[in-house]
Amino acid sequence: MSEAGGATLVFLGRLEDIAGMGELAVAPGPLEHVLAALDPVLAVELLGERVRMALNGALVGDNDAVVLAAGDELAFLPPVSGG
Amino acid sequence: MADVRLLGEGFSPSDELAAFTAAHPEAGGIVSFLGQVRAEGGPHAVEALELKQYAAMTLPGMEALAAATRARWALDGLLILHRYGVMQAGDPIVLVAAAARHRRNAFAAADFAMDHLKSQSWFWKREKTAKGWRWIEPRPDDHRDLARW
Repeated sequence: MSEAGGATLVFLGRLEDIAGMGELAVAPGPLEHVLAALDPVLAVELLGERVRMALNGALVGDNDAVVLAAGDELAFLPPVSGG
Repeated sequence: MADVRLLGEGFSPSDELAAFTAAHPEAGGIVSFLGQVRAEGGPHAVEALELKQYAAMTLPGMEALAAATRARWALDGLLILHRYGVMQAGDPIVLVAAAARHRRNAFAAADFAMDHLKSQSWFWKREKTAKGWRWIEPRPDDHRDLARW
């Protein structure tokens, strides 16, 4: 859950290990600004070709511009492996 | 109707299947699949398996899969149970059961639901061996399985 006024990044699967945390509160704004404020090693992983994004539970299209608003939750989803 | 649950604790596949069967006396056939944590010996033995889920997407995705399965085959009932959390060898991971008037629909629906659970549901898996925890990437087979449908 994000704090009032902030947005939340959620790191799933191996991305949680790379980030060292499952969630991170960030200031709202365009995704490129949010990523620029992160550890570059993490930012590169989050932008990986096989990592998909979901904004508030809905998948983001490859060409969609993401701008985080207060209360938004943006999840980074590496390839799944269920069952 | 479909019974779809995401479970953080262990469950009894036989109890669940007995309840599902009792709830569908009109069905002529029930097909079920149980997936469990594989027990392996040797240096690569898996000591534990962990499945992580994402609350905003995992259960909603399973419910959408159940709806798609029911729309495709004439079923009397559909059961989809999936674990998350840490599991040991022999623990049940997934139970799918389809009840139908005729067996072909039940076989196909259970097969379809399992292929999609394996490769298209929002779960991330890691295994613990003597070397520590390791994230498991999807196998090419999982995507080939999906192409059957």
